[in-house]
Amino acid sequence: MAPTFKKTFILLTILPVLLIGNKVNIVNFEQLQTYAAHKTNDTLYVVNFWATWCDPCVKELPAFQEVYKKYSSKKVKMIYVSMNSAKELNKVEDFANTHKMEPLVLLLNGGNPNDWIDKVDSSWSGAIPATIMYKSGKKVYFREGDFTSASLDKIIQSKIK
Amino acid sequence: MKKLAFISLALLALCSFTITGYNVGDKATDFKLKNVDGKMVSLADYKDAKGYIVVFTCNHCPFAKAYEDRIIGLNTKYASKGYPVIAISSNDPSQVDEDSYANMQQRAKAKNYAFPYLFDESQSIAKSYGATRTPHVFVLEKSGNDYTVKYIGAIDDNSDDATAVKEKYVENAVDNLLAGKPVNPSSTKAIGCGIKWKS
Repeated sequence: MAPTFKKTFILLTILPVLLIGNKVNIVNFEQLQTYAAHKTNDTLYVVNFWATWCDPCVKELPAFQEVYKKYSSKKVKMIYVSMNSAKELNKVEDFANTHKMEPLVLLLNGGNPNDWIDKVDSSWSGAIPATIMYKSGKKVYFREGDFTSASLDKIIQSKIK
Repeated sequence: MKKLAFISLALLALCSFTITGYNVGDKATDFKLKNVDGKMVSLADYKDAKGYIVVFTCNHCPFAKAYEDRIIGLNTKYASKGYPVIAISSNDPSQVDEDSYANMQQRAKAKNYAFPYLFDESQSIAKSYGATRTPHVFVLEKSGNDYTVKYIGAIDDNSDDATAVKEKYVENAVDNLLAGKPVNPSSTKAIGCGIKWKS
């Protein structure tokens, strides 16, 4: 391949990824459970319920990203579950890409929330942000409310021991 | 030692009680809160009411906005039957300017609220009731000076699309109360914006 041709080829290959970025999957509640609650490995799954329009959620996002980076060598995985309407999928994808939300963002289209909020945690009133953690297929933590990076770090540290 | 353990348990129970707010069947407190017209409003002002649809809501929250017209609809349908809507905003405006008293006044005017929209500035009523999110509804039944909590939860089962609603929880609760029947379900949950508490 000629050098210029090769360059164009590489650009064409990566361009769609640059333009589209990460895709956000729409899931129902049962599907959501397979991403974390039903995982039986020893990874700590940190599931954060948020929305693009939720100020305290957006405000605590850097804390999650900082802690995720800090434990990148450990088995810690963040899953951001958007409560936005499924009609706002594009908005959620744009937000996730702009804010480099990694490694996984999902949009929950779970129907009547009254059917699944208690299944997440019976103490959850439904207010967001809310965060639940699973390890080895078991719930190890739940909190309704926001985090600072120090408070999140402390919890995660205690859970990965 | 046993006594100490008992006292601390009792204290713990007391603490958790104050944090969780009301359960269905509890007696709710009356209040005196400033309405958007500047006047103070209490439950006791409504001499002919059979009960109340108390809605903790706010200006800024997308879920609260999605329910604005449905809250107006509840008042239109039930105020004349003895169950007026009492809307309360308990959010700390220093965190969300859209929820300031002046902005509450504007919203009430723009949407032509025919019910009070009260500012719970100290947040004590939201705390007493155990409201955590917007919108969060408490249907109360009045009997003399007693206000008994009969329903706590969501307005209906679909915030996203009013035309796709299958279960109108609040309407169902009030209809049953008016018919002298038990309320079922008497509590439900929904996703909502957390009330913005003062730090």
